[in-house]
Amino acid sequence: MNTSVGIISAQRATFDTPLQFKSGAVLPRYELMYETYGTLNAGKSNAILICHALSGHHHVAGCYAGDAKNVGWWDNMVGPGKPIDTDKFFVVGLNNLGGCHGSTGPSSIDPETGKPYGASFPVITVEDWVASQARLADKLGIAQFAAVIGGSLGGMQAMQWALSYPERVRNVLAIASAPHLTAQNIAFNDVARSAILTDPDFYNGDFYLHGVVPTRGLRLARMLGHITYLSDDAMADKFGRELRHGKLNFSYDIEFQIESYLRYQGDKFAAYFDANTYLLMTKALDYFDPARDLDGNLNRAFAAAKAKFLVVSFTTDWRFSPGRSREIVHALLHNKRDVSYAEISSQHGHDSFLMEDEQYFAVMRNYLNRIAEECA
Amino acid sequence: MMNTSIIQSRPDFAAIAAWIPQGSSVLDLGCGDGSLLRYLRETREVRGYGVEISDQNIAACIANNVNVIQNDLDSGLADFEDASFDYVILSQTLQATRHTEALMKEIVRVGREGIVSFPNFGHWKNRLQVLLGNMPVSSELPYQWYDTPNVHLCTLDDFEILCAHLGIRILGRHVMSEGHDIQVMPNLRGSTAVYRFRRDA
Repeated sequence: MNTSVGIISAQRATFDTPLQFKSGAVLPRYELMYETYGTLNAGKSNAILICHALSGHHHVAGCYAGDAKNVGWWDNMVGPGKPIDTDKFFVVGLNNLGGCHGSTGPSSIDPETGKPYGASFPVITVEDWVASQARLADKLGIAQFAAVIGGSLGGMQAMQWALSYPERVRNVLAIASAPHLTAQNIAFNDVARSAILTDPDFYNGDFYLHGVVPTRGLRLARMLGHITYLSDDAMADKFGRELRHGKLNFSYDIEFQIESYLRYQGDKFAAYFDANTYLLMTKALDYFDPARDLDGNLNRAFAAAKAKFLVVSFTTDWRFSPGRSREIVHALLHNKRDVSYAEISSQHGHDSFLMEDEQYFAVMRNYLNRIAEECA
Repeated sequence: MMNTSIIQSRPDFAAIAAWIPQGSSVLDLGCGDGSLLRYLRETREVRGYGVEISDQNIAACIANNVNVIQNDLDSGLADFEDASFDYVILSQTLQATRHTEALMKEIVRVGREGIVSFPNFGHWKNRLQVLLGNMPVSSELPYQWYDTPNVHLCTLDDFEILCAHLGIRILGRHVMSEGHDIQVMPNLRGSTAVYRFRRDA
């Protein structure tokens, strides 16, 4: 059975109506890259939006012509016969505003200056993203999503949809997410940002004009992030204290396998990701806090939501721990909203949300089947 | 249809359902695959949530379109606020809980009323098996002593003593054996009991 959406191509939507950000900044025009899979039904009731996490983009599933290896980041979840079944749903993935995969972001050319936005690109929030996604939905003729789905930072966007546009989303699937970051979590982000901000090649965000990339900072930021996405056990299982050359060299070169792995991941990431986008994404994470203007009362924040919720967490995820998901569940219970909560036993830490797991996929499949029945 | 088969397979469900008025809010602790909640929703427009620990049951509840929260009952009901449900149900699970006394307190905190069903260890067949020298095995207690999840078995009398001790007032009792109601000598003749109760004001 073919379970891939197959060859797909990305599309570009242009928006000429200015978008005002939460910060007050205004973007006069912008573009969003997106992909779609499956078919929008006649009633336009079967659309699903996939929101990406920190380093994600619009290429959610399938691959591009002539580039079979460039498989979408959630291809195990999205496709014909998969939990997010493209035979039943019309699935939309996009690259968020501020991203570096084709949507307008810091590395794009500002038409007013003819130069990359760089440091002048406004700091963006989850609310701003959701507003821009709603405009994309308008353009695609989607008045209401059957579901908005996301993991981690993507889960925050999915939740925000229910708060910003309660009438436009019937189900929210918030996976490995949190109602706001803890101090520890913000601290990790700050170290990552500091690595970038203090790289001499960063040039206050305008490195494009100098023909350089703050590779060292970006690489360190990714290495740190990567450590926090894995569990202690998963790292021990995968690398242990294994040495690369089988013996101690009494030097500062790469000796342990984990060092080799992290540096490889850091290099790979620094080669394609934009440093300013990394800064923006981590800021959006730090700022997300729907209870902030409500005396920190999450119960009041979720009073606006009308959608049904599926909240999923993973036992070894210490960056977005099960306890944080339970706070979301608690606020939904307080407001007597429909909510189910699954705590998946998984070894893989925060990264679990991207991995195939029998229980995780069973929960997703069953929940989405129910949504599909309601669409019919 | 599914509705009637559920009730036939679990006689305590019929007794529980009979006590739940149309449109109530219900929390079902140890809700299994969500059959009871689904039945209550389809027949009585009940709004509710289940609590389950088993992965398989979580997936089954979701397939049954029942709200379910994955949690260990022995860690309490901290996710749920005081008097936030009309009824808190614990069906055929009491005997498998570790912190049974604490859970009973939680039930009357979270629910305006509690409904609990459990196998009566005082049923004559159980007493006979013990008298003959073995731990009881029956359709209500299908486990061997070495593989049973049941750590807190009790008789009707025992349960009523616990309620009195906790300041819980019993509002109703339904005792059954093999699908029949038992009125006379229930602690000896009943194999399953269902109680409705609330905290004494």
